[in-house]
Amino acid sequence: MKRRVRRMRRMHSLPAVKGFSPFGSVQNLEDKTVYLLLEEYESIRLCDYDMITHQEASVIMGISRPTFTRIYASARQKVAKAFVEGLKISIEGGKVYFDSDWYHCQSCNCDFSNPDKTTEVKSCPLCGSKSFTHYQDDESKSPEIVEKDLEDCFNSSENRRHGRRKGKNCRENIQGKGRNLV
Amino acid sequence: MKVAITSTGNSLNSNVDSRFGRCSYFVIYDKETEAIEFIPNQSQKLTEGVGTSAVEFLLSRNISMVVSGEFGSKIKPMFDSRKVTMIVVKEPKTIDDIIKLINHKK
Ligand SMILES: [Zn+2]
Repeated sequence: MKRRVRRMRRMHSLPAVKGFSPFGSVQNLEDKTVYLLLEEYESIRLCDYDMITHQEASVIMGISRPTFTRIYASARQKVAKAFVEGLKISIEGGKVYFDSDWYHCQSCNCDFSNPDKTTEVKSCPLCGSKSFTHYQDDESKSPEIVEKDLEDCFNSSENRRHGRRKGKNCRENIQGKGRNLV
Repeated sequence: MKVAITSTGNSLNSNVDSRFGRCSYFVIYDKETEAIEFIPNQSQKLTEGVGTSAVEFLLSRNISMVVSGEFGSKIKPMFDSRKVTMIVVKEPKTIDDIIKLINHKK
């Protein structure tokens, strides 16, 4: 069987919350949860919150446009399911990495990161000097995975039914597999 | 704003520790109040997850900047995701040097 090679998806930052829960349901709904992957959350953030095109969003996340569209469709479907059926949404898992821009200060000779890309760097955060240079993205910079939270469900978006997985069942068989797919 | 600095010892003359997770002390410097706190690095003794544990400790102290000699590839994304600025000091500097730099008076 042909194994699809999956690329890591670049992500801006973690969502503000780990999930959402419904309130005021009339019936006693089952304690079911929709699992929204981090890259799916990110696709909604880019398309519907930042209102950018699929093309631009795919570049930002470092993936192809068709892949982006697929992730986005899956995200919408999951959110819709949670809305309509009154389910919890848990944002977790996925194959993402975080990435900040790096700069070099010529005055104090330090390197520093700019974790918030929406704000422009005006001076060195250490010494306040204005003479700094921006490290340009090089291809060799290998994406890294956030440990813990994110490692668990590596493989999950391979499996389109991930949203229906129960509890923590997927943890064991996922461990380790993800890396081979990189 | 609070800044964390990895330190080899518990005085202002100690050097910035180049090992992030296994540094001897963390210095938490509060820029507004100018309070300096030296905290022994508890994570250092762990056999695994040293870096992660150190990051979690610092995040619990609400720092917005962290100064060290090096950040491992597992550490960087953790600080990135929490919007903490990382500063890599490339030459030997003391804690005092760093605090003076932060206050922008040389
Ligand atoms: Zn500087």
